[in-house]
Amino acid sequence: MNFTNFGKYLLLLKAVFRKPEKFKIYLKAIFKQMDFIGVGSIGLIAIISTFIGAVMTLQIAFQLVSDFIPKTIIGSVNRDSSILELSPTITAIVLAGKIGSAISSEIGTMRVSEQIDALEIMGINSPGYLILPKILAGITMVPMLVVMSMFLSITGGYLGGTLSGAVTPAEYIEGITTDFNSYTIVVALVKAFVFGFIITSVPAYEGFYVKGGALEVAQASTRAVVVSCISILACDYIVTQLLL
Amino acid sequence: MIEIKDIKKSFGDNDVLKGISGKFEAGVTNLIIGGSGSGKTTLLKCMIGLHHPEVGIVEYDDREFTKMNFEEKIEVRKEIGMLFQGSALFDSMTVEENIMFPLNMFTEQSRSEKLDRVNFCLDRVNLEGKNKLFPAELSGGMKKRVGIARAIAMNPKYLFVDEPNSGLDPKTSIVIDDLIKEITEEYNTTTIVVTHDMNSVMGIGDYILFLHEGKKFWEGSNKDIAHTDIAELNDFVFASRFMKAAKGKF
Repeated sequence: MNFTNFGKYLLLLKAVFRKPEKFKIYLKAIFKQMDFIGVGSIGLIAIISTFIGAVMTLQIAFQLVSDFIPKTIIGSVNRDSSILELSPTITAIVLAGKIGSAISSEIGTMRVSEQIDALEIMGINSPGYLILPKILAGITMVPMLVVMSMFLSITGGYLGGTLSGAVTPAEYIEGITTDFNSYTIVVALVKAFVFGFIITSVPAYEGFYVKGGALEVAQASTRAVVVSCISILACDYIVTQLLL
Repeated sequence: MIEIKDIKKSFGDNDVLKGISGKFEAGVTNLIIGGSGSGKTTLLKCMIGLHHPEVGIVEYDDREFTKMNFEEKIEVRKEIGMLFQGSALFDSMTVEENIMFPLNMFTEQSRSEKLDRVNFCLDRVNLEGKNKLFPAELSGGMKKRVGIARAIAMNPKYLFVDEPNSGLDPKTSIVIDDLIKEITEEYNTTTIVVTHDMNSVMGIGDYILFLHEGKKFWEGSNKDIAHTDIAELNDFVFASRFMKAAKGKF
């Protein structure tokens, strides 16, 4: 995203946050988007988080070969890695692919088939009507998915570690309950909030300004995922630097 | 009444509109005609604010649209109905939801009142009982008629129609043309139709504005159009073999 595009993105956001024409209609759209972004992603995020937690535990156990290091550390490392980095970032990147491409192609198709023009001719603020519900759903549902992902990643670590014999249940539980710093949850939720905004607003921008036909909609969809992923990683670094 | 004065619009080095003026009265079917690339759709988009002309004025009943801010334009747009070339129906909504959409957004009517209005509009375009169909289940002509039903749902003062007959068979085209003319006369709307279909021109063209290479070349009615000595207009009007053969019989 170069500076011209970034300026256009900011102007689009300004239009997005104009006063809604009818709050009741927007509320309905927000719940619909919450269902699509949140409820519709539970299965995927659950599977990914559980396996990542399990694999993380096995890899930490594999690397900790010294007898001087207690095995409880496996649980601690898995917990902190999951909460601080893996759950927010992996969830966001997976959602950028799943949700981002859908948002971009939905809005892009509406643009090329003149449906956005039709909204504007009716006197409706099209950026607000189409994008605001998605952003509000994103910034509320992505943190919820991240919290679920944290829990399942730690649970997956327990299952992977104990089933393979890499760590005993008692050691793992002692590890995840020792020296827990609740501030890490705050950092993760801030990241999730920012990522939720990126995952919805960047693809919406890419779709909103599509020109052409089916090919351009597909290209915008690809660009939306790429730009979202890069933005997520850049913001991950910035938020981590600022909050830790 | 809609009046345009000296509208100029360019895209990069390409001057698409080179100073177009015209007056479109209420209760008559106003046509903007011209060949492909003559600037007629760009002119229409300038009139409704989807494009911003570099120079010129667009007035809706003496209200200067081109100078209005966002909120003022929205108020004027609530008085506009538009039928797009591809109908532009919301494909995730049923026919009923499409027509009800502007009513949901801008009125405080009860659901039964809105449903009555939807059914009235569907009856008006001869599509009664098609409420629950999705746009993907409709033929091209039906989509156009649903588009017209949606455009008239809010009782518009101004009706814009972009290429109403593109992709339709001649019989369906006449149905759509007649519908536009009837609605215009019935509700005294200021109707502007962009077309290059000569059947429409001869059938419903009460006032015709002919564009060629971004300029206004001629204006008049369908009664006069076949009797001019403007070469560019004659080239356009008598371009088809059928019209060439019929020349002299008008």
